Amino acid sequence: MVMQRLSGWGRTAWTVADLVHTTDVDVVRSTISTAGERGVISRGLGRSYGAAAQNAGGIVLEMTAENDPMGIDADFDPLTGLLTVASSVSIDAILRMCVPQGWFIPVTPGTRFVTVGGAIASDVHGKNHHLDGSFGQHVRSVTLMLSSGEVVELSPEQNSVWFWATIGGMGLTGVILRATIAMLKIESSRVEVETVRLDNFDAVCAAMSADGSDDDYRYSVCWVDLLATGASMGRGVLTRGDHAAANKVDNKDPLAYDPRLTVSAPGWVPNGLLNKWSIKAFNEAWYRKAPSKSHIGLESIPAFFHPLDGVNRWNRLYGKQGFIQYQFIVPLDRTDVLRKVIEKFSAAGVASFLAVLKRMGPQNKAPMSFPTEGWTLTLDMAAGISGLAELLSEVDTLVLDAGGRHYLAKDSHVSAAAVRRGYARIDEWMSTQEEMDPIGLWRSDLSRRLGLVDHRRLL
Amino acid sequence: MKNGVGVAQNIVLFGGTSEIGQAIIQKLVKPGVSHVVLVSRDIDAADVQIADVADRYPDLEVHHVRFNADDSASMVHVVAEVVQQVGDIDVAVIAQGVLQEGVDYYADPAALQSVADVNFTGTMVLMYALAAQMRSQGYGKMVLMSSVAGERVRKGNPVYGATKAGVDGFALALDHELVGSGVSVLVVRPGFVTTKMTKGMDKAPFSTDAETVASAVEKAIGSSRTVIWVPGLLQYMFLILKNLPTAVWRRLPL
Repeated sequence: MVMQRLSGWGRTAWTVADLVHTTDVDVVRSTISTAGERGVISRGLGRSYGAAAQNAGGIVLEMTAENDPMGIDADFDPLTGLLTVASSVSIDAILRMCVPQGWFIPVTPGTRFVTVGGAIASDVHGKNHHLDGSFGQHVRSVTLMLSSGEVVELSPEQNSVWFWATIGGMGLTGVILRATIAMLKIESSRVEVETVRLDNFDAVCAAMSADGSDDDYRYSVCWVDLLATGASMGRGVLTRGDHAAANKVDNKDPLAYDPRLTVSAPGWVPNGLLNKWSIKAFNEAWYRKAPSKSHIGLESIPAFFHPLDGVNRWNRLYGKQGFIQYQFIVPLDRTDVLRKVIEKFSAAGVASFLAVLKRMGPQNKAPMSFPTEGWTLTLDMAAGISGLAELLSEVDTLVLDAGGRHYLAKDSHVSAAAVRRGYARIDEWMSTQEEMDPIGLWRSDLSRRLGLVDHRRLL
Repeated sequence: MKNGVGVAQNIVLFGGTSEIGQAIIQKLVKPGVSHVVLVSRDIDAADVQIADVADRYPDLEVHHVRFNADDSASMVHVVAEVVQQVGDIDVAVIAQGVLQEGVDYYADPAALQSVADVNFTGTMVLMYALAAQMRSQGYGKMVLMSSVAGERVRKGNPVYGATKAGVDGFALALDHELVGSGVSVLVVRPGFVTTKMTKGMDKAPFSTDAETVASAVEKAIGSSRTVIWVPGLLQYMFLILKNLPTAVWRRLPL
């Protein structure tokens, strides 16, 4: 038994669990059969920010295949673009394999260091949600181990209720073993990107609305400066684009793909490095760096999709205190709430290094999937700010009163009541979850805090 | 567990009528706390004090468990009862204690026994029971109300001082034993605190109040500190007092 201290990517709320690293189905089965009443949860690359992949006092199945000497456990058909892959494989590995063959992952979050299992369990979304939906819409089938040890095949056609309960199910329906994903055809490894600087929050919202030109671009996201005040409040840099055609790239090999980690954040960063002043300076520079007139250029996949991955372990930049990421969504007509939230954080002097706004498309069929038609705002902040619990609770109320909700893969603080209010289909999901896991084996720190599964069920 | 902003879900106060304990609970209850359990001999007295916290947080559930702090044999059962009611114990504030200033232990040796049972034996048994529970949870924090009185035991109240010296040392060693388990202990050493326990006594230098102690605990609970002194200056004062030659120490009007 290896007792290990674990946290999410935000490096807060550490707890100790029995960590079992495996990608072997038989080991998974024998491990879950030995579990006690604290249960089991699976963990991938630990990129969810809060406690989704932690299980205090229980077992955490770490299913990653980063350094697998056998190579990627995947079966890819470059004719159809169907990729059948082990859940432990990362999007990074998939891109390395598929981009040179002319295929891209249909949905990528802001980091490529997530496993397929994690991407499905969190039903991750990317800059193309307004047109392409979230990860789950591109999954053709999932192979899942239930708490009984039985392995089942789920797809939108076969066992569809169980399939959609697993998409966005936070790993609480079973251990995802394999999945088949419909990949996206690309001609080059470059993205044609239009960059526009927007003077204030109204301009940001107008530019991204559906009646604007947002739907003409596959990818669209806006970085927002939360520290700008007065007339510049909520100013931003909007970037949108699509995969570039081969003839736009003057390169011998238009599909060449070579992502690199450039620098690594050291382990000794003090708590206060990212503060109101340093972030203000960064924001000013970032805003000024963007051209004032609309500009079109070519960017690489890592630069456009995964800029933070360039700094290895960037989560250390907040120091030992860690940080939290706050992501919520509100309906399209509630930009007033976005504004109020921004003002509230700004008035409290909370500086956010990353603040990103995106307009999301319609919701998929998964009851616990986060994205729904509306605006999603993502910001991060140091966990040690005093009075943060009270401030966040006020913001939560604003979001929930507007009919919004919080993204569980990012969450590290909301209450059980907040999830019940935000996710209208939670009872339906919980009864499916109980049907799939009658003994109540799957548990995580997140599920305990949010009451996602009934913890009175005994093993 | 605690959440990402350091708020524990379930908080338990042993010695539910303790003023310092109650003050600590008031500080620790924030948005995100689900359950507070008051463990005390006198449930009604504990309830009166917590009432305004419960008013501020309508979603908070307040529970009561009865115990006799001098009945060390019952502690395992008491912890089990708390777990039965709320599930995990994320933070346990251990604040039961008796002072008995001015008792003539020559005339009343039985009184000595009860001080030792509450402050020392009962507290140790309780902390072992909590340690076992928290270990199985993979997370937990115990906050022990110790005292500067244990640093160098005074002639004025040798029994109280000795029990605090004992339990303080025990708690530090327990924290050491728990390294790597996700469980830790915070030992709080206040100086003279003006509460009902010290009512009628002359104030000692550097006296403090329950509110100040509670703020210090709130600050320290999210850190990796094992010991705090309230006020902080006492740490240096006792460094000196502890190392004074006996002849000098005995002349001090303490």
